[in-house]
Amino acid sequence: MYSQIAENKRNSWLLVILVTTVLVLLGYLIGEYWGSRYGGIVIAVVFAVVSALIAYYGGAGMILGLSRARRIEKRDNPQLFNVVEELTIAAGVPMPAIYIIDDSAPNAFATGRDPAHASVAITTGLLEKLSRDELQGVMAHELSHVQNRDILFAMMVGVMVGSIVMISDFFLRSVFWGGGRRRRSGGDKGSGPLILVALALAILAPIFAKLLQLAVSRQREYLADASAAKLTRYPEGLARALEKIAGDREVLEVANRATQHLYIVNPIKPFEKRAKGLFSTHPPIEERVARLRAM
Amino acid sequence: MAGWILLIVLAVIVFGFIGIYNTLVTLRKRCDNGWAQIDVQLKRRYDLIPNLVETAKGYLKHEREVLENVTKARQQAINASGVKEQAQAENFLSQTLRSLFAVVENYPDLKANQNMMAVQEELVSTENKISFARQHYNDTVMAYNTRTEMFPSNIIAGMFGFSEREFFELEDEAQRQAPKVDFTS
Repeated sequence: MYSQIAENKRNSWLLVILVTTVLVLLGYLIGEYWGSRYGGIVIAVVFAVVSALIAYYGGAGMILGLSRARRIEKRDNPQLFNVVEELTIAAGVPMPAIYIIDDSAPNAFATGRDPAHASVAITTGLLEKLSRDELQGVMAHELSHVQNRDILFAMMVGVMVGSIVMISDFFLRSVFWGGGRRRRSGGDKGSGPLILVALALAILAPIFAKLLQLAVSRQREYLADASAAKLTRYPEGLARALEKIAGDREVLEVANRATQHLYIVNPIKPFEKRAKGLFSTHPPIEERVARLRAM
Repeated sequence: MAGWILLIVLAVIVFGFIGIYNTLVTLRKRCDNGWAQIDVQLKRRYDLIPNLVETAKGYLKHEREVLENVTKARQQAINASGVKEQAQAENFLSQTLRSLFAVVENYPDLKANQNMMAVQEELVSTENKISFARQHYNDTVMAYNTRTEMFPSNIIAGMFGFSEREFFELEDEAQRQAPKVDFTS
Protein backbone atom coordinates (compact mmCIF):
# COMPACT_ATOMS: atom_id res chain seq x y z
CA MET A 1 0.00 0.00 0.00
CA TYR A 2 2.69 2.50 0.99
CA SER A 3 4.94 1.35 -1.85
CA GLN A 4 2.08 1.76 -4.31
CA ILE A 5 1.55 5.30 -3.08
CA ALA A 6 5.24 6.16 -3.32
CA GLU A 7 5.50 4.65 -6.79
CA ASN A 8 2.45 6.54 -7.98
CA LYS A 9 3.76 9.86 -6.77
CA ARG A 10 7.10 9.22 -8.44
CA ASN A 11 5.48 8.26 -11.73
CA SER A 12 3.27 11.32 -11.67
CA TRP A 13 6.23 13.62 -11.27
CA LEU A 14 8.16 11.86 -14.03
CA LEU A 15 5.23 12.39 -16.35
CA VAL A 16 5.02 16.07 -15.39
CA ILE A 17 8.73 16.52 -16.06
CA LEU A 18 8.21 14.88 -19.45
CA VAL A 19 5.41 17.28 -20.34
CA THR A 20 7.48 20.24 -19.18
CA THR A 21 10.40 19.09 -21.30
CA VAL A 22 8.21 18.83 -24.37
CA LEU A 23 6.86 22.31 -23.70
CA VAL A 24 10.29 23.84 -23.24
CA LEU A 25 11.70 22.06 -26.31
CA LEU A 26 8.84 23.21 -28.45
CA GLY A 27 9.09 26.77 -27.24
CA TYR A 28 12.83 26.81 -27.81
CA LEU A 29 12.71 25.40 -31.33
CA ILE A 30 9.96 27.69 -32.43
CA GLY A 31 11.66 30.64 -30.79
CA GLU A 32 14.86 29.81 -32.65
CA TYR A 33 12.97 29.64 -35.90
CA TRP A 34 11.30 32.97 -35.37
CA GLY A 35 14.34 34.79 -34.09
CA SER A 36 12.98 36.89 -31.33
CA ARG A 37 9.30 36.15 -31.69
CA TYR A 38 8.78 35.30 -28.06
CA GLY A 39 5.89 37.69 -27.79
CA GLY A 40 3.33 35.33 -29.27
CA ILE A 41 4.41 32.46 -27.09
CA VAL A 42 4.31 34.58 -23.96
CA ILE A 43 0.79 35.73 -24.75
CA ALA A 44 -0.34 32.16 -25.38
CA VAL A 45 1.11 30.94 -22.09
CA VAL A 46 -0.34 33.87 -20.14
CA PHE A 47 -3.74 33.11 -21.63
CA ALA A 48 -3.43 29.45 -20.68
CA VAL A 49 -2.44 30.34 -17.11
CA VAL A 50 -5.25 32.86 -16.66
CA SER A 51 -7.92 30.49 -17.91
CA ALA A 52 -6.50 27.77 -15.70
CA LEU A 53 -6.64 30.03 -12.64
CA ILE A 54 -10.25 30.91 -13.37
CA ALA A 55 -11.09 27.24 -13.60
CA TYR A 56 -9.11 26.52 -10.44
CA TYR A 57 -10.76 29.07 -8.20
CA GLY A 58 -14.20 29.10 -9.76
CA GLY A 59 -14.26 25.53 -10.94
CA ALA A 60 -15.81 23.95 -7.89
CA GLY A 61 -18.75 26.34 -7.96
CA MET A 62 -19.16 25.87 -11.70
CA ILE A 63 -19.20 22.13 -11.68
CA LEU A 64 -21.45 21.87 -8.65
CA GLY A 65 -23.90 24.25 -10.27
CA LEU A 66 -23.74 22.35 -13.57
CA SER A 67 -24.43 19.09 -11.81
CA ARG A 68 -27.50 20.43 -10.01
CA ALA A 69 -25.95 19.31 -6.76
CA ARG A 70 -27.58 20.22 -3.47
CA ARG A 71 -25.62 20.66 -0.30
CA ILE A 72 -26.60 18.53 2.69
CA GLU A 73 -26.18 18.87 6.43
CA LYS A 74 -25.96 16.07 8.97
CA ARG A 75 -29.72 15.79 9.53
CA ASP A 76 -30.38 15.28 5.78
CA ASN A 77 -28.35 12.10 5.61
CA PRO A 78 -26.68 11.16 8.89
CA GLN A 79 -25.02 8.05 7.53
CA LEU A 80 -23.32 9.82 4.63
CA PHE A 81 -22.29 12.65 6.90
CA ASN A 82 -20.90 10.25 9.52
CA VAL A 83 -19.04 8.23 6.91
CA VAL A 84 -17.27 11.36 5.66
CA GLU A 85 -16.67 12.65 9.20
CA GLU A 86 -14.99 9.37 10.16
CA LEU A 87 -12.64 9.72 7.22
CA THR A 88 -11.71 13.28 8.16
CA ILE A 89 -10.74 11.97 11.60
CA ALA A 90 -8.59 9.26 10.05
CA ALA A 91 -6.94 11.78 7.75
CA GLY A 92 -6.73 14.67 10.19
CA VAL A 93 -8.36 17.13 7.77
CA PRO A 94 -11.37 19.47 8.10
CA MET A 95 -14.83 18.42 6.91
CA PRO A 96 -15.55 19.07 3.23
CA ALA A 97 -18.90 20.36 1.99
CA ILE A 98 -21.08 17.40 1.04
CA TYR A 99 -23.42 17.43 -1.95
CA ILE A 100 -25.98 15.03 -3.35
CA ILE A 101 -26.86 14.86 -7.06
CA ASP A 102 -30.28 13.60 -8.06
CA ASP A 103 -29.37 11.12 -10.76
CA SER A 104 -29.87 7.38 -10.94
CA ALA A 105 -26.45 6.82 -12.53
CA PRO A 106 -23.96 5.74 -9.87
CA ASN A 107 -21.01 8.12 -9.56
CA ALA A 108 -19.17 10.47 -7.24
CA PHE A 109 -16.60 13.23 -7.48
CA ALA A 110 -14.51 15.66 -5.46
CA THR A 111 -13.31 19.18 -6.17
CA GLY A 112 -11.20 21.61 -4.17
CA ARG A 113 -7.64 22.86 -4.28
CA ASP A 114 -6.86 21.67 -0.76
CA PRO A 115 -8.65 20.00 2.17
CA ALA A 116 -9.73 23.35 3.62
CA HIS A 117 -11.67 24.22 0.46
CA ALA A 118 -13.02 20.85 -0.54
CA SER A 119 -16.36 19.51 -1.72
CA VAL A 120 -17.47 15.96 -2.35
CA ALA A 121 -20.57 14.93 -4.25
CA ILE A 122 -22.38 11.66 -4.81
CA THR A 123 -25.40 10.67 -6.90
CA THR A 124 -28.56 9.28 -5.35
CA GLY A 125 -28.08 6.31 -7.67
CA LEU A 126 -24.78 5.43 -6.01
CA LEU A 127 -25.98 6.24 -2.52
CA GLU A 128 -28.79 3.68 -2.78
CA LYS A 129 -26.60 0.89 -4.07
CA LEU A 130 -23.77 0.86 -1.58
CA SER A 131 -23.39 -0.55 1.89
CA ARG A 132 -21.78 1.55 4.59
CA ASP A 133 -18.30 0.11 4.03
CA GLU A 134 -18.52 0.51 0.27
CA LEU A 135 -19.75 4.08 0.65
CA GLN A 136 -16.81 4.79 2.94
CA GLY A 137 -14.43 3.37 0.34
CA VAL A 138 -15.82 5.64 -2.36
CA MET A 139 -15.74 8.72 -0.13
CA ALA A 140 -12.18 7.86 0.93
CA HIS A 141 -11.18 7.76 -2.75
CA GLU A 142 -12.70 11.18 -3.34
CA LEU A 143 -11.16 12.73 -0.23
CA SER A 144 -7.80 11.31 -1.26
CA HIS A 145 -8.01 13.19 -4.55
CA VAL A 146 -8.24 16.41 -2.57
CA GLN A 147 -5.55 15.41 -0.10
CA ASN A 148 -3.16 14.39 -2.86
CA ARG A 149 -3.77 17.78 -4.45
CA ASP A 150 -4.95 16.06 -7.63
CA ILE A 151 -7.10 18.99 -8.59
CA LEU A 152 -4.05 21.23 -8.40
CA PHE A 153 -2.00 18.62 -10.19
CA ALA A 154 -4.48 18.20 -13.02
CA MET A 155 -4.57 21.97 -13.34
CA MET A 156 -0.78 22.21 -13.71
CA VAL A 157 -0.67 19.47 -16.30
CA GLY A 158 -3.68 20.95 -18.05
CA VAL A 159 -1.97 24.34 -18.28
CA MET A 160 1.16 22.86 -19.74
CA VAL A 161 -0.67 20.69 -22.21
CA GLY A 162 -2.90 23.60 -23.15
CA SER A 163 0.15 25.76 -23.72
CA ILE A 164 1.75 23.11 -25.89
CA VAL A 165 -1.39 22.82 -27.95
CA MET A 166 -1.72 26.57 -28.32
CA ILE A 167 1.91 27.19 -29.17
CA SER A 168 1.92 24.42 -31.74
CA ASP A 169 -1.29 25.70 -33.22
CA PHE A 170 -0.02 29.27 -33.36
CA PHE A 171 3.22 28.16 -34.97
CA LEU A 172 1.59 25.92 -37.53
CA ARG A 173 -0.80 28.65 -38.56
CA SER A 174 1.98 31.18 -38.91
CA VAL A 175 3.99 28.81 -41.10
CA PHE A 176 1.08 27.97 -43.36
CA TRP A 177 -0.06 31.52 -43.70
CA GLY A 178 3.49 32.61 -44.32
CA GLY A 179 3.74 35.23 -41.62
CA GLY A 180 6.44 33.65 -39.52
CA ARG A 181 9.71 34.18 -41.36
CA ARG A 182 11.32 37.49 -40.66
CA ARG A 183 14.72 38.15 -42.01
CA ARG A 184 16.96 39.65 -39.39
CA SER A 185 19.96 41.66 -40.36
CA GLY A 186 22.22 39.06 -38.85
CA GLY A 187 20.83 36.39 -41.18
CA ASP A 188 18.39 33.74 -40.09
CA LYS A 189 19.37 30.41 -38.61
CA GLY A 190 19.69 27.41 -40.90
CA SER A 191 16.14 27.07 -42.10
CA GLY A 192 15.69 23.79 -43.98
CA PRO A 193 16.04 20.99 -41.45
CA LEU A 194 15.00 23.27 -38.60
CA ILE A 195 11.62 23.96 -40.17
CA LEU A 196 10.95 20.28 -40.64
CA VAL A 197 11.89 19.43 -37.06
CA ALA A 198 9.82 22.29 -35.69
CA LEU A 199 6.86 21.32 -37.86
CA ALA A 200 7.05 17.68 -36.89
CA LEU A 201 7.23 18.59 -33.24
CA ALA A 202 4.37 21.05 -33.57
CA ILE A 203 2.17 18.33 -35.00
CA LEU A 204 3.24 15.52 -32.72
CA ALA A 205 3.67 17.46 -29.50
CA PRO A 206 -0.01 18.10 -28.82
CA ILE A 207 -0.85 14.44 -29.37
CA PHE A 208 2.03 13.32 -27.20
CA ALA A 209 1.11 15.83 -24.53
CA LYS A 210 -2.50 14.71 -24.54
CA LEU A 211 -1.46 11.08 -24.13
CA LEU A 212 0.79 12.08 -21.25
CA GLN A 213 -2.04 13.99 -19.65
CA LEU A 214 -4.28 10.94 -19.81
CA ALA A 215 -1.49 8.76 -18.41
CA VAL A 216 -1.10 11.16 -15.49
CA SER A 217 -4.85 11.08 -14.93
CA ARG A 218 -4.81 7.28 -14.76
CA GLN A 219 -1.85 7.30 -12.38
CA ARG A 220 -3.64 9.65 -10.03
CA GLU A 221 -6.69 7.39 -10.05
CA TYR A 222 -4.56 4.46 -8.89
CA LEU A 223 -3.00 6.72 -6.29
CA ALA A 224 -6.42 7.79 -5.02
CA ASP A 225 -7.41 4.11 -4.73
CA ALA A 226 -4.26 3.31 -2.75
CA SER A 227 -4.69 6.37 -0.52
CA ALA A 228 -8.30 5.40 0.12
CA ALA A 229 -7.13 1.96 1.25
CA LYS A 230 -4.63 3.62 3.55
CA LEU A 231 -7.37 5.74 5.08
CA THR A 232 -9.91 2.99 5.67
CA ARG A 233 -7.44 0.09 6.04
CA TYR A 234 -10.16 -1.84 4.24
CA PRO A 235 -9.54 -1.99 0.47
CA GLU A 236 -12.32 -4.55 0.01
CA GLY A 237 -14.93 -1.85 0.60
CA LEU A 238 -13.80 0.25 -2.35
CA ALA A 239 -13.19 -2.85 -4.49
CA ARG A 240 -16.79 -4.01 -4.04
CA ALA A 241 -18.12 -0.52 -4.69
CA LEU A 242 -16.18 -0.31 -7.96
CA GLU A 243 -17.55 -3.69 -9.02
CA LYS A 244 -21.08 -2.53 -8.29
CA ILE A 245 -20.54 0.65 -10.30
CA ALA A 246 -19.01 -1.27 -13.22
CA GLY A 247 -22.06 -3.47 -13.37
CA ASP A 248 -24.31 -0.48 -13.99
CA ARG A 249 -24.14 0.79 -17.53
CA GLU A 250 -26.13 3.96 -17.19
CA VAL A 251 -24.54 7.17 -18.42
CA LEU A 252 -24.47 10.18 -16.10
CA GLU A 253 -26.57 12.90 -17.68
CA VAL A 254 -24.85 15.99 -16.39
CA ALA A 255 -21.28 14.96 -17.11
CA ASN A 256 -19.42 15.82 -20.25
CA ARG A 257 -15.91 15.68 -21.72
CA ALA A 258 -14.73 18.64 -19.73
CA THR A 259 -15.60 17.19 -16.35
CA GLN A 260 -15.20 13.48 -16.93
CA HIS A 261 -11.80 13.20 -15.28
CA LEU A 262 -13.15 14.36 -11.93
CA TYR A 263 -15.49 11.39 -11.46
CA ILE A 264 -14.65 8.13 -9.76
CA VAL A 265 -15.39 6.14 -12.89
CA ASN A 266 -15.63 7.53 -16.37
CA PRO A 267 -19.20 8.83 -16.58
CA ILE A 268 -19.65 9.28 -20.30
CA LYS A 269 -18.59 5.93 -21.64
CA PRO A 270 -21.48 3.53 -21.16
CA PHE A 271 -19.44 0.42 -21.74
CA GLU A 272 -16.17 -0.12 -19.91
CA LYS A 273 -14.58 -1.94 -22.85
CA ARG A 274 -14.59 1.22 -24.90
CA ALA A 275 -12.89 3.13 -22.16
CA LYS A 276 -9.75 0.98 -22.02
CA GLY A 277 -6.31 1.92 -23.15
CA LEU A 278 -4.33 5.04 -23.87
CA PHE A 279 -7.25 7.38 -24.49
CA SER A 280 -9.03 6.94 -21.23
CA THR A 281 -8.89 9.19 -18.19
CA HIS A 282 -9.55 6.26 -15.85
CA PRO A 283 -7.85 2.89 -15.62
CA PRO A 284 -9.99 -0.18 -16.34
CA ILE A 285 -12.06 -1.18 -13.34
CA GLU A 286 -10.89 -4.81 -13.31
CA GLU A 287 -7.32 -3.60 -12.93
CA ARG A 288 -8.25 -1.21 -10.12
CA VAL A 289 -10.12 -3.95 -8.27
CA ALA A 290 -7.22 -6.37 -8.74
CA ARG A 291 -4.73 -3.89 -7.30
CA LEU A 292 -6.96 -3.16 -4.33
CA ARG A 293 -7.39 -6.84 -3.55
CA ALA A 294 -3.64 -7.36 -3.82
CA MET A 295 -2.91 -4.93 -1.00
CA MET B 1 35.46 35.44 -2.12
CA ALA B 2 36.17 32.50 0.13
CA GLY B 3 34.65 34.50 2.95
CA TRP B 4 31.34 34.81 1.09
CA ILE B 5 31.21 31.10 0.30
CA LEU B 6 31.83 30.25 3.92
CA LEU B 7 29.06 32.61 4.98
CA ILE B 8 26.60 31.06 2.55
CA VAL B 9 27.47 27.52 3.63
CA LEU B 10 27.05 28.54 7.26
CA ALA B 11 23.69 30.14 6.52
CA VAL B 12 22.49 27.02 4.73
CA ILE B 13 23.50 24.83 7.67
CA VAL B 14 21.82 27.10 10.21
CA PHE B 15 18.61 27.29 8.23
CA GLY B 16 18.75 23.55 7.73
CA PHE B 17 19.01 23.06 11.48
CA ILE B 18 16.10 25.37 12.17
CA GLY B 19 14.00 23.68 9.51
CA ILE B 20 14.62 20.21 10.91
CA TYR B 21 13.99 21.33 14.48
CA ASN B 22 10.69 22.93 13.50
CA THR B 23 9.63 19.85 11.56
CA LEU B 24 10.25 17.71 14.63
CA VAL B 25 8.22 20.07 16.77
CA THR B 26 5.34 20.03 14.27
CA LEU B 27 5.30 16.25 14.05
CA ARG B 28 5.39 15.90 17.82
CA LYS B 29 2.50 18.34 18.22
CA ARG B 30 0.49 16.28 15.76
CA CYS B 31 1.00 13.27 18.01
CA ASP B 32 -0.31 15.27 20.98
CA ASN B 33 -3.31 16.37 18.97
CA GLY B 34 -3.94 12.84 17.72
CA TRP B 35 -3.95 11.53 21.28
CA ALA B 36 -6.37 14.22 22.43
CA GLN B 37 -8.71 13.37 19.54
CA ILE B 38 -9.07 9.83 20.82
CA ASP B 39 -10.34 11.19 24.12
CA VAL B 40 -12.83 13.42 22.33
CA GLN B 41 -14.37 10.41 20.61
CA LEU B 42 -14.42 8.33 23.79
CA LYS B 43 -16.29 11.09 25.60
CA ARG B 44 -18.80 11.27 22.73
CA ARG B 45 -19.61 7.65 23.33
CA TYR B 46 -20.38 8.26 26.99
CA ASP B 47 -22.89 10.92 25.97
CA LEU B 48 -24.67 8.70 23.46
CA ILE B 49 -25.11 5.60 25.59
CA PRO B 50 -27.88 6.75 27.96
CA ASN B 51 -30.03 7.54 24.92
CA LEU B 52 -29.38 4.09 23.49
CA VAL B 53 -30.31 2.36 26.73
CA GLU B 54 -33.52 4.41 27.06
CA THR B 55 -34.61 3.63 23.50
CA ALA B 56 -33.91 -0.07 23.81
CA LYS B 57 -35.36 -0.55 27.31
CA GLY B 58 -39.01 -0.78 26.27
CA TYR B 59 -38.35 -3.55 23.74
CA LEU B 60 -35.71 -5.52 25.59
CA LYS B 61 -37.72 -6.34 28.73
CA HIS B 62 -36.24 -9.84 28.86
CA GLU B 63 -32.69 -8.74 28.21
CA ARG B 64 -32.24 -6.48 31.24
CA GLU B 65 -28.81 -7.91 32.02
CA VAL B 66 -27.32 -6.90 28.68
CA LEU B 67 -28.55 -3.33 29.13
CA GLU B 68 -27.34 -3.16 32.70
CA ASN B 69 -23.89 -4.36 31.66
CA VAL B 70 -23.64 -1.51 29.20
CA THR B 71 -24.63 1.05 31.82
CA LYS B 72 -22.22 -0.37 34.38
CA ALA B 73 -19.35 -0.56 31.88
CA ARG B 74 -19.97 3.06 30.92
CA GLN B 75 -19.78 4.18 34.52
CA GLN B 76 -16.60 2.20 35.02
CA ALA B 77 -14.99 3.83 32.01
CA ILE B 78 -15.94 7.32 33.19
CA ASN B 79 -14.45 6.65 36.61
CA ALA B 80 -11.29 5.00 35.33
CA SER B 81 -7.99 6.71 36.02
CA GLY B 82 -4.62 6.10 34.47
CA VAL B 83 -3.99 5.11 30.89
CA LYS B 84 -3.97 1.36 31.39
CA GLU B 85 -7.10 1.23 33.51
CA GLN B 86 -8.96 3.47 31.13
CA ALA B 87 -7.93 1.43 28.09
CA GLN B 88 -9.21 -1.73 29.76
CA ALA B 89 -12.48 -0.08 30.79
CA GLU B 90 -13.00 1.24 27.26
CA ASN B 91 -12.40 -2.19 25.76
CA PHE B 92 -14.88 -3.70 28.17
CA LEU B 93 -17.45 -1.06 27.24
CA SER B 94 -16.95 -1.91 23.56
CA GLN B 95 -17.57 -5.56 24.34
CA THR B 96 -20.83 -4.87 26.18
CA LEU B 97 -22.01 -2.74 23.29
CA ARG B 98 -21.23 -5.52 20.83
CA SER B 99 -23.25 -7.94 22.96
CA LEU B 100 -26.13 -5.49 22.98
CA PHE B 101 -26.10 -5.14 19.21
CA ALA B 102 -25.98 -8.91 18.81
CA VAL B 103 -29.09 -9.17 20.98
CA VAL B 104 -30.90 -6.42 19.06
CA GLU B 105 -30.57 -8.58 15.93
CA ASN B 106 -33.16 -10.90 17.46
CA TYR B 107 -35.77 -8.18 17.94
CA PRO B 108 -36.94 -7.05 14.48
CA ASP B 109 -39.41 -4.55 15.95
CA LEU B 110 -36.67 -2.80 17.82
CA LYS B 111 -34.35 -3.00 14.84
CA ALA B 112 -36.91 -1.28 12.61
CA ASN B 113 -37.67 1.47 15.11
CA GLN B 114 -36.58 4.85 13.67
CA ASN B 115 -35.12 6.16 16.90
CA MET B 116 -33.24 2.94 17.45
CA MET B 117 -31.83 3.03 13.94
CA ALA B 118 -30.69 6.61 14.38
CA VAL B 119 -29.06 5.88 17.73
CA GLN B 120 -27.48 2.72 16.38
CA GLU B 121 -26.01 4.60 13.43
CA GLU B 122 -24.57 7.15 15.86
CA LEU B 123 -23.01 4.45 17.98
CA VAL B 124 -21.59 2.56 15.02
CA SER B 125 -20.16 5.84 13.82
CA THR B 126 -18.69 6.61 17.23
CA GLU B 127 -17.05 3.19 17.43
CA ASN B 128 -15.58 3.81 13.99
CA LYS B 129 -14.45 7.28 15.00
CA ILE B 130 -12.66 5.89 18.02
CA SER B 131 -10.91 3.39 15.76
CA PHE B 132 -10.02 6.00 13.19
CA ALA B 133 -8.79 8.39 15.87
CA ARG B 134 -6.48 5.66 17.15
CA GLN B 135 -5.38 4.88 13.61
CA HIS B 136 -4.65 8.53 12.97
CA TYR B 137 -2.73 8.78 16.22
CA ASN B 138 -0.60 5.80 15.18
CA ASP B 139 0.01 7.41 11.80
CA THR B 140 1.25 10.60 13.46
CA VAL B 141 3.48 8.55 15.79
CA MET B 142 4.91 6.67 12.82
CA ALA B 143 5.73 9.89 10.98
CA TYR B 144 7.30 11.41 14.09
CA ASN B 145 9.29 8.32 15.10
CA THR B 146 10.57 7.85 11.56
CA ARG B 147 11.79 11.42 11.49
CA THR B 148 13.61 11.05 14.82
CA GLU B 149 15.48 8.06 13.41
CA MET B 150 16.23 9.33 9.93
CA PHE B 151 19.46 11.08 9.09
CA PRO B 152 20.15 14.02 9.51
CA SER B 153 17.17 14.81 11.75
CA ASN B 154 18.27 12.15 14.24
CA ILE B 155 21.18 14.36 15.18
CA ILE B 156 18.91 17.27 16.06
CA ALA B 157 16.45 14.92 17.74
CA GLY B 158 19.21 13.60 19.97
CA MET B 159 20.53 17.07 20.77
CA PHE B 160 17.17 18.48 21.83
CA GLY B 161 15.60 15.46 23.48
CA PHE B 162 12.98 14.44 20.92
CA SER B 163 12.25 10.93 22.07
CA GLU B 164 10.07 8.36 20.34
CA ARG B 165 6.39 8.08 21.11
CA GLU B 166 4.54 4.84 21.80
CA PHE B 167 2.01 3.38 19.43
CA PHE B 168 -1.51 2.76 20.65
CA GLU B 169 -1.92 -0.99 20.81
CA LEU B 170 -4.82 -3.20 21.75
CA GLU B 171 -4.09 -5.40 24.72
CA ASP B 172 -6.93 -7.80 24.14
CA GLU B 173 -6.30 -10.52 21.54
CA ALA B 174 -10.04 -10.96 21.06
CA GLN B 175 -10.32 -7.30 20.11
CA ARG B 176 -7.73 -7.80 17.43
CA GLN B 177 -9.66 -10.60 15.79
CA ALA B 178 -12.95 -8.72 15.78
CA PRO B 179 -14.37 -8.64 12.24
CA LYS B 180 -15.84 -5.46 10.85
CA VAL B 181 -19.55 -5.31 11.57
CA ASP B 182 -21.78 -3.94 8.83
CA PHE B 183 -25.32 -3.18 10.00
CA THR B 184 -26.80 -1.85 6.83
CA SER B 185 -25.96 -3.97 3.78
